[in-house]
Amino acid sequence: MVNNSYAVEVDHLRVTRGGRLVIPDLSVRIPTGQVVGLLGPSGGGKSTFIRAVVGVQVVESGTVTVLGEPAGSQGLRHRVGYVTQSPSVYADLTVADNVRYFGRIAGVDEAAVQEAIALVDLPSHATARVENLSGGQHSRASLACALVGRPDLLVLDEPTVGLDPVLRRDLWNLFGRLAAAGTSLLVSSHVMDEATRCDRLLLMREGEFLADTTPAQLLAETGAPDAEAAFLALIDRAASTAARSGGAGGSAA
Amino acid sequence: MNLRLTLLTAGRVLRQIRGDHRTVALMIVVPCVLIGLLAWIFNATPFVFDHIGPALLGVFPFVVMFIVTSVATLRERTSGTLERLLTTRIGKGDFMAGYALAFGFMAVVQALVATGFAVWVCGLDVAGPIWLLVVVAVADAVLGTALGLLASGFARTEFQAVQFMPAFVLPQFLLCGLLVARDALPDVLRWVSDALPLSYAVDAMKTITATSDALGDVGKDLVVIVGWIALALVLGSLTLRRRTP
Repeated sequence: MVNNSYAVEVDHLRVTRGGRLVIPDLSVRIPTGQVVGLLGPSGGGKSTFIRAVVGVQVVESGTVTVLGEPAGSQGLRHRVGYVTQSPSVYADLTVADNVRYFGRIAGVDEAAVQEAIALVDLPSHATARVENLSGGQHSRASLACALVGRPDLLVLDEPTVGLDPVLRRDLWNLFGRLAAAGTSLLVSSHVMDEATRCDRLLLMREGEFLADTTPAQLLAETGAPDAEAAFLALIDRAASTAARSGGAGGSAA
Repeated sequence: MNLRLTLLTAGRVLRQIRGDHRTVALMIVVPCVLIGLLAWIFNATPFVFDHIGPALLGVFPFVVMFIVTSVATLRERTSGTLERLLTTRIGKGDFMAGYALAFGFMAVVQALVATGFAVWVCGLDVAGPIWLLVVVAVADAVLGTALGLLASGFARTEFQAVQFMPAFVLPQFLLCGLLVARDALPDVLRWVSDALPLSYAVDAMKTITATSDALGDVGKDLVVIVGWIALALVLGSLTLRRRTP
């Protein structure tokens, strides 16, 4: 592990996609060695933020620093593992062939390939073609391709979407184990229940962070019984603040 | 560019093709069927087959490889695997060269089978060395691959990618000297024909058929074809963007 205090540092990030201002002005620090959940409704800018972190998003302005280097720079290519929202593996290859390809690119040996397949619990399907797998197995194969290079930072865009509860629990357990071993994780989800599985939370809505906190703090501050209620409370609070400042602006004009 | 990453990618592409038996069969069998059909059509006038056959040996691999490559790369773009690959150590050059190498290998197999079929089964009469015929056929196939990679950069869907085939290939086919000798074309069209790579492919094939000492002239044609391959690969790699809007 490199001695960086932050896995990701974002300063005044501004992104426009398809003519729409998705992220107006975003700054955040994401610590290393933790599971950081990026939660919020669909269309709130989570994927755009994640794309900026892995360096595949054209950004209008602002800086994104990952593990001490500018996002997407050459030196980060083997240190950041990225799983896109739709499982991006070769459907016409077997699970093992997919993981092996990405593993060899990262320069790891066959033992690491088998280990990555075991981590996502797919050894029994290693020789099956991905196109013949279920949706959950498909996305786990995609995850294995990111794990295999043993990256310092794992960036996962909605890895648990569409999975059954058992599988979701297993994956979150895996994320916890990886973080305990020193990997930093940034995991997006629109399922609020998953907030409790994270060490830190970023609640994102309309390209802004409503909260950058821990699950315990979130519940304590909002007094809400669960993450979903807390999120709604934060939205209401943000809306009333906006209305007040909007009203003040109106009377001044 | 990194040779190891290029070979890894070529190996992966070949593994994908190997799993798709129908595509392999189409790549190998279709040129043979078409050449056989042609030989049959000109059964009564074998000299016509001897004239057109070699030229088509250059055109078929070009067309087949163009389609296969443009669809395969477009699939990489739309499935998200390309975006993912470009966050790894793989460079754009490794990606392009990996594809060119994999389909180049398929082209060798295709050219060997198609040429063998044309010469030994259909009785194609070739004055020049047959190995040179294979070399030009392979160069044409790699040219198809390179242009297919480039074309896929401009297609958003697989429908569009397939439509690019007539757009890229048919004008070259019309102007390559197969229908009307290139000397007999109107000036402007002859200039266009002089710039297009398939013209040189067909010229080379014609030379090999007609003369036993073809190496010098064919060499010049091959230089132009290889130049086009390099140009298409470089332009194609420019259409690969690490960062997208």
